[in-house]
Amino acid sequence: MTLGSLAPADEAGVATVIAEAADRREPLSIAGFGSKDGMLRPVQSARTLSTRNLTGITLYSPRELILSARAGTPLAEIEAALAEHNQHLIAEPPDLSALLGGPALSSAPQSWGGVVATNLSGPRRVAWGAMRDHVMGIRAVNGRGEVIRSGGRVLKNVTGLDLCKLLTGSHGTLGVLTEITVKVLPAPESTGSLVIRGLDPVRGVAALSAAMGSPYGVSGAAWLPAWAAAEIPALGEGSATVIRMEEFAPSVLYRLGRLTEDLAAFGSAEPLDDAASRAVWHAIRDVTPIRVAAGEAVWLVSTRPSRGPQVLAAAEAAGARGFLDWSGGRVWLAGPGVEGTHAAIAAAVRAQGGTWTLMRAPEPLRAAADVVPPEPAALAAITRRVKGALDPVGILNPGRLYAGL
Amino acid sequence: MIRLPEPKADVLAKRDEIIAGLRELVPASGVIAEPLRLRPYETDGLSAYRQPPMAVVLPETTEQLAAVLKLLHRYGARVIPRGAGTSLSGGALPLADAVVVGMMRMNRILEIDFADRLAVVQAGVTNLGITAAMQADGFFYAPDPSSQLACMIGGNVGMNSGGAHCLKYGVTANNLLGLKIVTIEGDILDIGGAHLDAAGYDWLGLLTGSEGQLAMVSEVTVRILRAAEGQRAMLAAFRSNEIAGACVDRIIGSGIIPVALEFMDRPAIHACEAFAHANYPLDAEAMLIIEVEGSVAEQDALLDRIRAICAEFDPISLKVSQSAEESAAIWKGRKGAFGAVGRVSPDYLCMDGTIPTSRLADVLAKIGEMSESYGLKVANIFHAGDGNLHPLIMFDANDPESFHKAEQFGADILTLCVEVGGCLTGEHGVGVEKRDLMHVQFTETELTQQRLVKSAFDPGWLLNPAKVFPLLAA
Repeated sequence: MTLGSLAPADEAGVATVIAEAADRREPLSIAGFGSKDGMLRPVQSARTLSTRNLTGITLYSPRELILSARAGTPLAEIEAALAEHNQHLIAEPPDLSALLGGPALSSAPQSWGGVVATNLSGPRRVAWGAMRDHVMGIRAVNGRGEVIRSGGRVLKNVTGLDLCKLLTGSHGTLGVLTEITVKVLPAPESTGSLVIRGLDPVRGVAALSAAMGSPYGVSGAAWLPAWAAAEIPALGEGSATVIRMEEFAPSVLYRLGRLTEDLAAFGSAEPLDDAASRAVWHAIRDVTPIRVAAGEAVWLVSTRPSRGPQVLAAAEAAGARGFLDWSGGRVWLAGPGVEGTHAAIAAAVRAQGGTWTLMRAPEPLRAAADVVPPEPAALAAITRRVKGALDPVGILNPGRLYAGL
Repeated sequence: MIRLPEPKADVLAKRDEIIAGLRELVPASGVIAEPLRLRPYETDGLSAYRQPPMAVVLPETTEQLAAVLKLLHRYGARVIPRGAGTSLSGGALPLADAVVVGMMRMNRILEIDFADRLAVVQAGVTNLGITAAMQADGFFYAPDPSSQLACMIGGNVGMNSGGAHCLKYGVTANNLLGLKIVTIEGDILDIGGAHLDAAGYDWLGLLTGSEGQLAMVSEVTVRILRAAEGQRAMLAAFRSNEIAGACVDRIIGSGIIPVALEFMDRPAIHACEAFAHANYPLDAEAMLIIEVEGSVAEQDALLDRIRAICAEFDPISLKVSQSAEESAAIWKGRKGAFGAVGRVSPDYLCMDGTIPTSRLADVLAKIGEMSESYGLKVANIFHAGDGNLHPLIMFDANDPESFHKAEQFGADILTLCVEVGGCLTGEHGVGVEKRDLMHVQFTETELTQQRLVKSAFDPGWLLNPAKVFPLLAA
């Protein structure tokens, strides 16, 4: 449990704290503002190292499609700066504060470093890539207290090993990100969606797949069961198969029209206008239809899109509930936070092929269970050696991702 | 000439034993050890460097590849992964004591799934071969390096290859779902799969672009995309590089991301026109090829907007293609650029730095000054949207002094790229070519960190040695 919090003023301060902790072999919890403390396994450490004082956008060049910010910059500040120039973060990172049961964003904003360190992406990922796809450069402090850079501030760079991708999504276990540079894009002028009601998950995913396989550049493809659709005002009654288009306004209209014709075999498609479409995808992005009760856990599954319905069915049989994003490939699940449900979901994903993350769980489960699938022995050995290459004494978020590492 | 490590005497001494061992693992025709037959493997797309290997082995299955690596690992023999040998950075350059492991016999497409939008292919399938297998159904594999007719997907993974269309569709790393890899110890591992974003560390991302330093790739699961309804190109010619660069900025700033945005300077325009007769404007200092996608009406709308933007920059000519044939004609010169420069000068070095696009004009001006002072011609072709420069430095390979100057000129350009905030290589890889420039971009601490990660996969440093990392002092 965390007793003290260290919040250095700058990167050099982060390096000093880590170097001293390494000398003492003292484990550190790594955080920004703490909005994701409930994710994955708990870290046993006396002190937390926070990047919350490393703030500010250090470079934003709209015409070069590039933005750099220090790790403690609140995500909202970055999104606002981009919005001023009609640009956006391509991966559409979600706000999972409600889902994860942490403090409200008003008291614990998401930090830029936290979003990258957890590789959080939203619905647009299915077409436009994950957070990790757009990280062009990082500065980080490794477990020796050394500042390392990888990548840079240009859009194409294959110089040396891509430590950007290694550290993105590493949950603070390989290094503490201090500054991250990403590619950004013009925000679409307009957005619109189609909703087909009443399809079962298999048929729904078939419709999503047909839409994704169309030439119209779909940027969101989700299926929600009736109870989840009912949580989103614009969706209303029955299960909802939702398809999003983001383009210049005339293209959105044209493409939704063509898709409506192409998908006629799945039923009539109702269009959602710009405002309704944004509201619906905001809810899907933030997983708001799933209200997590006390004692429940949340799983995030990624599988082959056509296998999403089978994973969902198996999870439902184990007492969980959920919906499908990413054309069926992403399954958000909530259910009893107990070993039996956890094991059933892990087994279902193993059977269908894919990966899972225990995003949130009651303390006994998250402390005892695997929170990501265990790796085969030869890969686990590489994992240990890579961890050792970056954090030789094992002080950065030990145990966060894998027990004993 | 670049320094190469001393051959391992103990490995050379066991040459016959190693070759005999390899012959037990793969079909007889899959082991090459006769000096004459090793010649085709002595170099790659960076043909200034040549070194025949000790042997070449051509596995036909992942299991054979694993057995081969296990054997070579046991002997402590160095391994040079090779696809089609098109690397422009010497990524497949052999060493005298090394065994080239060629992937060309693993050339089967194992699965194409349109519903889940993926294809599983062996490492020796060519880049274009993937798209060719699905084009009739309207799908394609997006990264399109210039060598796509020959280069193999395994090599694309190794180099994280790009292409002309990555401004919209991303590079190799953005278009992969999974890999089957073989470690130097001979373990077969599945990384990722048919799904997006595996939990745990991003091995897929780390392996992509690792230039054969970490493991060998035997199978690749790629994302495939449905092609847009259509695409069309336009050509815009300007009075200076500065003006063309400003026009690129304005297009991007307007919210339009063209699917391709290619820039050619005057020497490149002239070389390509002489070669391809594409009707390029010879009085222009700089030319853009801009391609958009969508329905015909959408193409018209986008091209109208882009034409209006270009018109504000005093263009010498603006030509919007009216048909697929006219688009092909516009692309013809660009796609033949390497051959075109090859006609002007049989020997050239193709550089590959990236710069912040805002520095385009002054970087091109400085490259022009360097060209004067070195007395070597240079043609600039680059992916304008992402700042990836491809200066082609022309020299005479029969004159060692000329080659030496060309290498120095190239190093100066890449150093300049780093100085203005860019990097040494945008899509060709470090290889041997830029290995000794890594100090320009990275601190010793950073290089040590990368070396430690390499060691975590390949503790004995047997995989593709003498590439990427500057040799440590002997």
